[in-house]
Order: sequence, then structure tokens, then C-alpha cells
Amino acid sequence: MRIGIVCPYSWDVPGGVQFHVRDLAEHLDGLGHEVSVLAPSDDETPLPPYVVSAGRAVPVPYNGSVARLNFGFLSAARVRRWVHEGRFDVLHIHEPATPSLALLTCWAAQGPIVATFHTSNPRSRAMIAAYPILQPALEKISARIAVSEYARRTLVEHLGGDAVVIPNGVDVDFFARAEPKAEWQGGTIGFIGRIDEPRKGLPVLMKALPRILESLPETRLLVAGRGDEEEAVEDLPPHVRERVEFLGMVSDEDKARLLRSVDLYVAPNTGGESFGIILVEAMSAGAPVLASDLDAFAQVLDGGQAGDLFPREDAGALADAAVRLLSSREERERLREYGRRHVRRFDWSTVGADVLAVYETVTDGAAAVAPDERIGLRARFGLARD
Amino acid sequence: MPTMTTLILLAVAVLLIGVYLSWTAGRLDRLHARIDAARAALDAQLLRRASIAQELATAGVLDPAASMVLYQAAHDARQAPEEQREVAESELSQALRAVFGESAQVEAVRAAPGGEDAAVELAASVRRVPMARRFHNDAVRAARALRRHRTVRWLRLAGYAPFPLAFEMDDEPPPALADRGNGAPQ
Repeated sequence: MRIGIVCPYSWDVPGGVQFHVRDLAEHLDGLGHEVSVLAPSDDETPLPPYVVSAGRAVPVPYNGSVARLNFGFLSAARVRRWVHEGRFDVLHIHEPATPSLALLTCWAAQGPIVATFHTSNPRSRAMIAAYPILQPALEKISARIAVSEYARRTLVEHLGGDAVVIPNGVDVDFFARAEPKAEWQGGTIGFIGRIDEPRKGLPVLMKALPRILESLPETRLLVAGRGDEEEAVEDLPPHVRERVEFLGMVSDEDKARLLRSVDLYVAPNTGGESFGIILVEAMSAGAPVLASDLDAFAQVLDGGQAGDLFPREDAGALADAAVRLLSSREERERLREYGRRHVRRFDWSTVGADVLAVYETVTDGAAAVAPDERIGLRARFGLARD
Repeated sequence: MPTMTTLILLAVAVLLIGVYLSWTAGRLDRLHARIDAARAALDAQLLRRASIAQELATAGVLDPAASMVLYQAAHDARQAPEEQREVAESELSQALRAVFGESAQVEAVRAAPGGEDAAVELAASVRRVPMARRFHNDAVRAARALRRHRTVRWLRLAGYAPFPLAFEMDDEPPPALADRGNGAPQ
């Protein structure tokens, strides 16, 4: 099958959607499909052979933060050319409801289009204003995929219609086979994520740390991620501070080894998550998981059976749950065992098969993807015959 | 020359309205095509599911009672006239759930010669039916939203195309086949 995938965000900037697109493209390529990815990128960034650059993304303020987007004639022309030359059987676009390359593609192409909705943003004012323009473009999507039941619900509320739920994929064996590192073992708690982004919840974990150390003074907290390390620990007393270790940005291999090594993985996020891929990665590596009770997390953790949940932003509850888990070997073993079985459904072999099933459903008997030719005025009034 | 200006403005307005109407008709046309494609895909999936169910029912790997229940439901689903299709397909879903309610039954199918393929095919078809149905109903909803517009209704832009109807049925797959986490066939 010839598959065209559109990634809305810059290829050179790391992010969840980019990783998802990369892994999906490589998985499908491994199955023998012809895959081409269209993504914004700087011209000097080295790209994998299957990626086609859509030009540099322009940073613009959008919806309270700076988004890097592609628009304008040049981008539209590149999209058209890619669609025309690719002769795809199916187009798979990501995040079509943001003003991005994905929306542009939707506008410029016709034929079987599959769209994955990753985030579950509350409806923005720009979207309400643009709704009449957005709707005709979104109408072209033949199949919608939401990454979680939660994301599906927001999608249905905001745009109407329906979507199938296919979770994000993880290479389970990559994490399960990683080698644990001795220095990261022995009463350790792991945290991976941006240090300076409050949404990721590190401050909540920092607040809970003194109470955890009261009961279990040998505990260490390992933090992997970018951000200001000084600022993160400045409210902590010195004896607590020395139990925190910052690892900085870690490679994929080290991330897997870290997750294999820790006795507990804590995800104290306070909101804004629509899936929680890191929880799946932790479970794949066999780390017991303690997470805040966000809808998306509760769902990934099978309603709290595959990992423990605590009320979001409640440092006291987090500390109590962490102490309980760290002091009970059996409980951790139980979570490990449950997690190991539970994550199989997130493995690329399963997720990829589901995505392909969607492709096959929409391409069954449909024509291939083609550029959507604008009809001239004469044709509109029936004056031209084609 | 105030009359001239008025005339020009009027002509421009008429032209714009014309373009808008023609564009809306184009949108509707595309939505109807999408519904047709989605409906064809749904039909194909339903037929595939009924065929594999019937195949399993006559293969002799299931006990006689289960075979009869499954055969009857699959047969009815294939033969049902259009207006009873939703009911017949729902009954097939129920029969599949009753027969493949526990994983032991699925294991029995997989153990039979050639059963592995049949189990995989059945698992795929019970997952694809809900998918195809959601895509179909999503297209129906989009078309209905547009057809409810005043302009579309008053000017009869939809022409003689029948008002699109959603396909409502019980498509809940049997748990033993749908649970991907515990070694179910994929």
C-alpha cells in the first residue's frame, strides 16, 4: 500500500506527535508498505529517507503559546506536489484541527483521508471563528482516530461525529529488554519530563518528597528531563535536596534503562494529557507506576489496576501511596505482572494492525488520493465540459 | 451614475451567491460519495463477518448447539432484507458473543486444523465491523448537518439523494476475541 503521512510539527523538534509519526512510518515500512512522510523542517536538518520537507515552519503566537506552523502559497504548493507525486492509496494526517500542515493537506487533497487526533484541547476561540472554514476541510476525512477514549469524547463534543480509538504505539520489547543500571537501582523513584513545565507535575512530587523520606530515608529520586535544576529543588531542605539526582536529557536507550532500574515510576502530571505514552513505556520496562488520576492516565492504567492512582495535585496522597508501594514488594510485583500483560495492546504489532485495518476499511473500493483541483468559475456554471 | 454602481454591486452579489451555492452543492456531492464508499465498506465487513461465522459453524469444531445457533444467525444476517438488516446483524453479534464468550472456545477453534487462520480472520472481522460502522455514521452525520442548513433545504441543493440514515446495530465484539492484552489472536 502507498501511504502518505503528514506530520504537523517540525521534524527537528522532539515531541510526542513526531515520535509517533516516526515509529508508525518505520513500522509500516518494515511491513513492506511504501511510506512517505511530509513534515516541516529546516532545510539543513538531515532527514530519514522517507521524510519529505515541507519547508521551514514559521513561529506564530497561537492559542496562548508559540506554535510553529506552515501556511501560505509556498507550503500549499509543496503539499500539492507531494500529494500529486506520491500517488498514495491513503493519506494519514495528524492533528488536523490545528492550523497546520495537516489542515492544509486536508484542504488540498481528495480521496481516502485518515486523521488522528492526538490532543484533547478545549475548543479555542480561533476554532470557533474558523469553524465554517474548517468544517468543509474536515468533512473530507473518511476515518477519524482518537488516541484515547478521553480524546474521542472531546473530539465528539467539539466537532461532532465519531472516531475509533487506537492508542499510541510503543515498542514494548525495546523497553522490556533494556539492561538495568546498578547505580539507578535500590529504592529509587523515577520521573521523566520537562522540569520547568508545571503541567508535568514535578513540583507536586517535590512537595511530597520530604514526607516519603520521613518513612523511607534511603529513597532516591531520579529526574530525567530538560529544565532549571536549581530552581526545581530550591524549596527543599538540604537533606532532601541531596536525595534528588538530575540526569538531564537522556537518550532513548538510557530512558529504557532508567525505567528498567527504578522501583517506582511517578507521573504527577496536573492536566493537559490526552494519552500518557510514558506510562506505557514504564509498564513495558516493568516499572510499577503511580500516576495522578487524570482521565487519560486512568484509562491507560486500566482504571487503576495496572498502576496506582492518586488525586491530582495532592502531594500528601502521592507521598502515602509512594511509601505504601515502596515498602511492599508483593504489591510492586503484582503491578509489574499486570502491567506486563496489559501493555501488549499498546505494542506496535497490535496498534499497527489496527491502523492498517482502518486504512483498508477506507480504501476498500475507493479511488486513490489526488490533489483536489479547484473548479474554475466557468465549470461551476456548467459552461466548461471536462 | 448611482444606478450603474448599484447594478454592478448587484451583479457582484449575484455572482458571489452563485459561487457559494455551487460550492455548497459540491460539498454535498462529495459527502454523498463518502457515504456511499463508507456504506460499501461496511457491507463488505458485515458480509465477511457472516461468512467466517458460517464457515466456523459448519466446520464441526464447535459443539452442535453452538454450531446451530451460529449458523442460523449468520444465515439470517446474510439473507436479511434491507429493512431488517440492522436487527439481523445485531443478532449475529449476540450469537458470536454467546458462542465465543470464553477463551476456551476460541482456543478450541485455534487448535483445529486450519483453525488459527479462521480465529485470526474472525477476530479481525469483529473488530472491523464497529470501525466501518463508525466511519459510515460519521459521514452520515456530516451530510445531515449540511443538509439541515436553510439554504440547502430551501434551494433543494441535495437534489433527489435520499436523506442519509445511520446504520444502528449492536456490534460489541465477544470479549475473548477483542481482548488484545492477553494473547488473543491478532
